[in-house]
Amino acid sequence: MSSDTLAPAKPAVELEGITKRFPGVVANHDIRITIEAGTVHAICGENGAGKSTLMKILYGMQKPDEGQIRVNGQDVSFRTPSDAIAAGIGMVHQHFMLADNLTVLENIVLGAEPTTAGFLDAAGARRRIRELAEAHGLRVDPDRLVEDLGVGDRQRVEILKVLYRGARILILDEPTAVLVPQEVDELFENLRELKAEGLTVLFISHKLDEVLSIADEITVIRRGTTVATVPRSQVGSARELAEMMVGSELPTPETRESTVTDTVELRVEGLTMEAEGFRPLPRGADLREFLHGKRLLLDDVSFQIRKGEIVGIAGVEGNGQSELIEAIMGMRQAHGRITLGAEDISAWTTLRRREAGIGYIPEDRHRQGLLLEASLWENRVLGHQTRKPARKGIWIDRKASKADTERIVKDYDVRTPSVETLALALSGGNQQKLIVGREMSGEPSFLIAAHPTRGVDVGAQAAIWDHLRRARAAGLAVLLISADLDELIGLSDTVQVIFRGRLVAELDPADITPEQLGGYMTGAITEEGS
Amino acid sequence: MMPAGLNRLLLTVGGAVVAIVLALAISSVAILAAGADPVAAFGAFFDFGSTSTSVVSGIATVINRAVPLFIAGLAVAVGFRMNLFNIGVEGQYRIAAICAAYVGATFTAPAPIQIAVIIVVAAAVGGLYALIPALMKVGRGVNEVIATIMLNYIAINLSAFLLRGPFQGPRPEGQLTVTTADIPESGWFPNFNFLFTMFGLPAPRGAGLWGFLGVAIVLGIVLWVVLERTRFGFDVKASGLNSIAALASGVRPKKMVISAMVLSGAIAGLIGLPEILGRTHNFGTSFTAGLGFLGIAVALLGRNKPVGIAVAALLFGFLDRAQGPLQFADVPPSVIMIMQGTIVLLVVIANEITSRMALRQEERRAARQLATTNRVEVTA
Repeated sequence: MSSDTLAPAKPAVELEGITKRFPGVVANHDIRITIEAGTVHAICGENGAGKSTLMKILYGMQKPDEGQIRVNGQDVSFRTPSDAIAAGIGMVHQHFMLADNLTVLENIVLGAEPTTAGFLDAAGARRRIRELAEAHGLRVDPDRLVEDLGVGDRQRVEILKVLYRGARILILDEPTAVLVPQEVDELFENLRELKAEGLTVLFISHKLDEVLSIADEITVIRRGTTVATVPRSQVGSARELAEMMVGSELPTPETRESTVTDTVELRVEGLTMEAEGFRPLPRGADLREFLHGKRLLLDDVSFQIRKGEIVGIAGVEGNGQSELIEAIMGMRQAHGRITLGAEDISAWTTLRRREAGIGYIPEDRHRQGLLLEASLWENRVLGHQTRKPARKGIWIDRKASKADTERIVKDYDVRTPSVETLALALSGGNQQKLIVGREMSGEPSFLIAAHPTRGVDVGAQAAIWDHLRRARAAGLAVLLISADLDELIGLSDTVQVIFRGRLVAELDPADITPEQLGGYMTGAITEEGS
Repeated sequence: MMPAGLNRLLLTVGGAVVAIVLALAISSVAILAAGADPVAAFGAFFDFGSTSTSVVSGIATVINRAVPLFIAGLAVAVGFRMNLFNIGVEGQYRIAAICAAYVGATFTAPAPIQIAVIIVVAAAVGGLYALIPALMKVGRGVNEVIATIMLNYIAINLSAFLLRGPFQGPRPEGQLTVTTADIPESGWFPNFNFLFTMFGLPAPRGAGLWGFLGVAIVLGIVLWVVLERTRFGFDVKASGLNSIAALASGVRPKKMVISAMVLSGAIAGLIGLPEILGRTHNFGTSFTAGLGFLGIAVALLGRNKPVGIAVAALLFGFLDRAQGPLQFADVPPSVIMIMQGTIVLLVVIANEITSRMALRQEERRAARQLATTNRVEVTA
C-alpha cells in the first residue's frame, strides 16, 4: 500500500475534536487530524504548543477530556499504553528507554518475552528480530550490549522494540534531537523503508527542514490547536511552515557585527578531569604520567573567551560538556587552571566564583536552576544570597528581593500572576526567562549559557537570544553550550567542537555548515586546523 | 480571591482535622477490641477532675509534657528541613542531660549564671554529639540515619555508665534510684505558676508549671526567624528543596550538613532540661526517656514548622496526660499510643494530599490569571 491508494482505504488514525485541559500549561483544544495509512505524517509546532500532550493521548498515557480517537476506522478509548499497543500503536520516546547492561535482543523482548515451556526462546526471538530488521532495513546485531551502541543504533533498537510488539503505527517523538546530521539521514532512510512496508509514521518535530524532507503530510499545531494540515507538495519552504507555526516572523539567531574585544575575560588552560573522581597531583609528579591509562572526561581542554565574545561549544551530548561547566563553576574538581579577568580562580569555591561575576544558566533548569516549590522571588535570591539586593547582613532582604524580582518579571517579560507565585506554576519558557534575568543580574562579566533555549517556545527563544546579544554587546563574555546547531552557529563568534572530552576543532561560524560540524562532532572528520 | 497563603493554611488545617477525626474512629475500634467503652475512653481524656486545683494541675501536666516534646520536634525539624534524618535526637538529649546535670551540680553561682551555664553545656554536648554523624557523612558518606541510630545505643549506655560511675551523686539510705548530685537551688528554674494565680486560680500541685516553657517559646521564635528570615535559613531551605540547585548556586553542601546537624543536636541537648531544671534537679534512673523518638512524630505532625510543632506537642501532651484517668475508666492506657500512632500516620497522609492539592491550585490560579491578563494575545 502506498500514499496514492484511493479514497476507500480507511485512515490509520483519526483524531476528532480532542480537548485536554491542564492547569498551567497549554492544553489541547479541538484537535482534528486525519492520518492516512502508509504515510509519514509530521506534527510540528513550537515547544509547548501541545504536541507532547497530544501524543500522550494517542499513546494512552493520558485521557482526553473530550473528543474521539479512531484507529483504522474503529472507535477506541485507551486507558493505558498497553491498550494503544494492542491497537497497533507504538511509541519511540525522545529519551531512550533501554537497559544498558542487556543485549539488543534482551531489550527488544523485554516485557514481551517469547517462551517455550517457561524458558526464554532466545533462538526464536533472534529469528524474528532478524526478519524484522531485514524487512525494514534496520541493521543491528541482536547480541551486542546496548551500552556499546551509538545513539543511532540505540534508536533503531527502540524502533525494533516497537515493531516487535506488532505496531503498525509508529509515533516518533523528536527522534532527531539526539542525532547528528549523518544519523538523521540514516533514520530517514529507515523511515522510508517502513513507509514502503505499509506502516504509518507519526513524526513529531519542530525542526522544519527535517519535516520537509521526510513528511508526506504536515499538520501544524499552535497554542494547543490544529492550525492546518497540508500535503508536503503544497509547502514551498521551511520559512512558510515556520510562519504557520509561529503565526508571525521567525526569529533568526544571527548576531550582526562583531563586538569581540581584545581583553581576555576567561582563560582555561589544560583542564583535565578523571572519570573516577579527583585525585590530587602528588608534589613534583607529571600530570600526563599521573593520569596515564585513566579514562578522562576532560582531556587537556584549553580555550579563552574575550569580553564581548560568545564561544560556542558544539558536541554530541555526553562528550564532556557538563563536566566542563561543572569544572568552571567549581562544582567538580579538575586539574588545570582557570583564570577570570586577572585572577586565578582554580581553587575558589562556587560561591566565590559567582560573587566574582560568573553567571550560570544551567542545562537542566528543574534540576539545577530552580526551587520549584519556592516562590519566584526566592528563586531570584538563589545564587545571590551573599550579594545585594538579596543580602542585608545575616538577613535576606525580602523587600528588595521582591522588588528586584518585579524588575526581572517586567524586563524579561516573565508571564506570572505575581512574584509570590511558586516557580512550578510557570511554563518552561517563563521559568527560563526568570533564570536568564537572574543570572544577568549583578552585572556578570562571564556567563555560562547551557542550552539556554531548550524546551522554550519561539517567543521566549527570541527574547533570550536578544538578551544574550545585548549583554555581549555590553562586553559580556559568554560560553554557549547548545545542541541546537542553528543557535550555536548563529550566536557564536567562535565555535569549539568537543569530542570525547577534547576540543578537536576551532571553527569560524561564518564558514561552516551543520553537516561539517556534524562530522567533527562524531569524530568522522579530524582536526586539520582552520 | 483568597490570598495563596491563607488558602494553603486552610487546606492544611482542614486536612489535619479530617485526619484526627479518622484517627479517633480507628482508635474507637481498637478500644472496642480491647473490650472497653470508647465513650468512656474519650471522656477520660477530658476528665480533668472536679476541683479547680486538679484542673489546673492537669493543664500544667499537659504543658510540662508538651515543652520537651516541642523542643524535640524542633530539633528533628531542623534536620528534616534539609532532608537530613537526625534519628539521633534520643541519644543526643540523654548524653547532654547527664553532662549538664553533672556540671550544674559542681559549682554554685548566682541563678542567671548557674542556669545559663547548664543550658550552654547541654547545647554544646548535644551539638558535639551530633557533630560525629555529620563528620562521618561529609567525610566518608556514611548515611546519617545508620550513624545516628548506632550512636543512640552508645549514648544511652554511656549515660547509664556515667550515672553509676563517675557522675553518681550521694545516695540517701533506702533510696532505690541512682542520681547525679543535686543542682544547687540557684540552678532551679523558677516555675510559671503565676500564669494561673494571676487569674485567681489555685497553683498546680507538685513542682507546678515548669518555667522552661519560657525558654522553649523563645527558642521556637528564634528558630522560626533563623529558618525563615536569615541567609542561613534560606540555604537550609534551598538545600532541602533542591540540593543540586543549591550546590550550583554556591551553597556548600558539606558546611550545610555540619551546621544543620550541629544545630539540631544543640537543640536536642535542651530536651531534658525542663524536667531537670524544673522538677528533679538531677539526672537519675527515672529520667524521662523516649522523647527523641517522639520528637520525630511531633515534627512530622507539625510539618517542620515551629507553630505546627507546638500544636502537635500540645496534642501529644494532652493525650499523654490521660494515662491515669484512662485506668480509672477501665481502658488500657496503651490506647494513647494507638491514637498517637494513627494520628501521626493519617496526618502525614493528609499533609501529602493537601500539599499536592495546594500546588495544583497554585498552578491553576496562575494559569487562570494569565489567561485573563493575556486574553487579547491568545485570540490574536
